[in-house]
Amino acid sequence: MNKKILPGHGSGGKMMNDLIENTIRRIFGGSSVQIDDSAVLKLPHGRIAFTTDTFTVTPIFFPGGDIGRLAVNGTVNDLAVMGAAPVYISCALVLEEGFDTGDLEKILLSMKSEADSAGVSIVTGDTKVVPHGRGDKIYINTSGIGVFERDPERRDIVPGDRILINGTIGDHGMAVMSERNRLASSGALKSDCAHLNHLIKKVTDSFPGAIKFMRDPTRGGVASVLNEITKGRSFGARLFEENIPVRNEVKGVCGMLGIDPLYVANEGKVVIIASKDAAERILDVMKRDDNGLESAIIGEIDEEFPGKAYIETEIGGKRLLPLLIEEQLPRIC
Amino acid sequence: MEKELLKKLAGRLKSLKLDGETRIMEVCGTHTTEFFRSGVKDIFPAGLILIDGPGCPVCVTPNDYLDRAIEIGRVHKPVIATFGDMMKVPSSYSSLSAEKAEGMDVMVVYSPMDAIRAAGEDPGREYMFISVGFETTAPAEAATLIEADKRGIRNFSILSGNKLTVPAVKALLDSGETAIEGFILPGHVSAVIGSSAWQFIASDYGKPCVVAGFETHDLIIGVLALLELISGGKCELKNEYSRVVRSEGNRHAMDVMFTVFEPCDAEWRGIGMIPGSGLAVREKYAAFDAGKKFPVTPPEPREHPGCRCGELLRGLIIPYDCPLFGKACTPERPVGACMVSSEGPCSAYYKYGRK
Repeated sequence: MNKKILPGHGSGGKMMNDLIENTIRRIFGGSSVQIDDSAVLKLPHGRIAFTTDTFTVTPIFFPGGDIGRLAVNGTVNDLAVMGAAPVYISCALVLEEGFDTGDLEKILLSMKSEADSAGVSIVTGDTKVVPHGRGDKIYINTSGIGVFERDPERRDIVPGDRILINGTIGDHGMAVMSERNRLASSGALKSDCAHLNHLIKKVTDSFPGAIKFMRDPTRGGVASVLNEITKGRSFGARLFEENIPVRNEVKGVCGMLGIDPLYVANEGKVVIIASKDAAERILDVMKRDDNGLESAIIGEIDEEFPGKAYIETEIGGKRLLPLLIEEQLPRIC
Repeated sequence: MEKELLKKLAGRLKSLKLDGETRIMEVCGTHTTEFFRSGVKDIFPAGLILIDGPGCPVCVTPNDYLDRAIEIGRVHKPVIATFGDMMKVPSSYSSLSAEKAEGMDVMVVYSPMDAIRAAGEDPGREYMFISVGFETTAPAEAATLIEADKRGIRNFSILSGNKLTVPAVKALLDSGETAIEGFILPGHVSAVIGSSAWQFIASDYGKPCVVAGFETHDLIIGVLALLELISGGKCELKNEYSRVVRSEGNRHAMDVMFTVFEPCDAEWRGIGMIPGSGLAVREKYAAFDAGKKFPVTPPEPREHPGCRCGELLRGLIIPYDCPLFGKACTPERPVGACMVSSEGPCSAYYKYGRK
C-alpha cells in the first residue's frame, strides 16, 4: 500500500482496485462496493426522501470530529429533519494527489462508525483523484435516502408555537474557526457533530401531530433558519436570549472576534417548532437523549414583527436578527 | 451579574424622565454595536440620543490609505495580510476583496503574528500587513515588529494606518459642530492609555464623561452614570470599568507601542488632518515600514459621491439621515466604510435597526 494518494489511485486500474478492495471495502464492508454500476436497493412503498451534500472542511480533523463524521451526519440529519428515517447513503471521494492514506483510513473508519451508530448502510461510492494543488486534501459527497414510516405532513406554524433546540449553539463553527486559526488552546472548544435521527425519531414518534417544522441549523446558524421560516409570513420568530444555551468558551471566542453565535454553524443541532401545548413534554423527551441533554425552549412564534426573526435580550430590549449577507468576518478591535 | 440586579438596572434606565433631548456620544465602535446587540438602545428613555463617534478604525481610515496598499500590491506584489474587516472596504477605485478576485495575493489573518508566521515559513516572498487600528491593537502590532526584528524576518513589513483616539476626540470638541452633552469613553482603549488620558474632556471642555465596559450591565451603568453627571451639572470624568481600566493605563503596552511607533499627523475620514493623531513606524524600524520599503504613487484619491460617512463620523448625522443608507449602500455593496466594518455605525443600524 502506498503511503500517499497517487494519480493511479483514480485511474480505474489495479491501483484503484487495490485502494477500493484493501481500504474502502475493508472498512465499509462488502456490501458498500458493487461490481455493478449501481446499488440495487429494497425500499418500502410510498414516498422517500433523497438528499445530497458535499463536504469541504479545513482542517479535515478538528476537535470533536472530522470530515468523514461530518459527511455521514450531515446527510443523515438532512433526512431526519424531514421526518424520514435514513437508511442508505453513498460516499464519493475526491482525493488530492499526495493525500496521506493513513488519514484517509481514519476518515473512512470514522464514517463507518457514524453510519453504524446512525443505522444507515453505505451502499455505493466513487473515488476520484485530482492533481496536487487542484483540491484541498479530500472532498466527500454523500447522498442519502430516507423512508417515511408515516405520511410526511407539514402542519402550519401559528403564533404561540414554541421554538426548541437540542443544546448549545455555535460549537462546531467556533471549534473549526479556532482550530483553523490557532485561537484557543485545543480542547476548549469542540464540534457538536452528531447524527440526530434517533433523537428526532423519539420526538416524532411521541408527538406526531405537534411538530410543525424541523431544520438543522448548519451554515448560517439558528438565526438563518428562523429567517427562512418567517420570510414573507404573517408571523415572526422571537428568541429569548437568556434561554439560549451557549457554552462559555464559545461566547468567549465569539466575543473576541465580534461574531454572533446565533449565526455560527452547528452540526449536531435541530431547531424544532412545535405547538405550545406539547412543547414542555417534547423538551422532556429531548432531554432524555444523549444528544439533547441541554435542550431548551428558546423562543416562540408571535406577530410583533411579521416576517422577521428577532431576539429579546436579557434586559427586555429587542433587536432584529437579519439574514447575513455572507460569512461573518472577525473584527479589528 | 445577577439577573435580578441587571433587570433592576434596566428598569432604572427605562423609567428615567429626561428634560427634552439629551445627546451623548459613544466614541468606540464596539460600543456602537453593543448598544444595539444587548438591547440597551431599545430601552433608552425618551429623549436620549446616542451619537456615534469616530471610534471605528476601519471607518476613519481615509481612502488614500487603501489606495496606497492596493497600489503596492499591484506594483511590488507582496502577499497582503489583513484582518477580515478591511476586505470589503471601498478604496477610491477598488477594494482588497475586488483585487483578490483579480488575483492579488490577499490573506485574512486573525492576528499580526499569523502574518509573521507565514512570512517566516515563506522567506522567498514579501508579506505586508495592513495595520489599521487604535491603541487597542497598535501595541500588539508593535510587539509583532519587535518579534520579527528579533527573529531576523526581513520579508515582513506593515503599512501603518494606526491612530490615536485622544486627538480625534479633541478635534471633535474643538470643531464645536455638535451639541454633545457627554461622552461614553472606550473601555479597551482606556485600558491601554489609562482613564486619566480623558481628564481634559471634563477639565478643559466642561463635558462629563464616563469610561464604560462592554457587558450589558456595563453599558447601562455607564449611561446611568453619565446622565447623572449631566443632570447634576457635574463636569467630571468617571471610570465605571475599573475592573479593567486603571487611571494610569497599561504602561508596558504604551512603552511597546511607542518603541516602534511615533506620533505623526494623520488624515481621518470625514474629520480631516488631525495633528499628532497617527502612528508612524520609527526610523529604527524603517526596514519594516511598507510605506518606505515599497515606494508607489497611488492614484489621486476620490470620495464616493453622496457618501456621508464623513458627517456621520463627526457626529453630525445618524445613518438613517444618509440617502444612500440601505439603498445604494448595503453591507453587500458598501459605498462607505461605515457600512463595512462590524464596528461601523451604518453596519450596526443596518443589522439591528428596526427601520
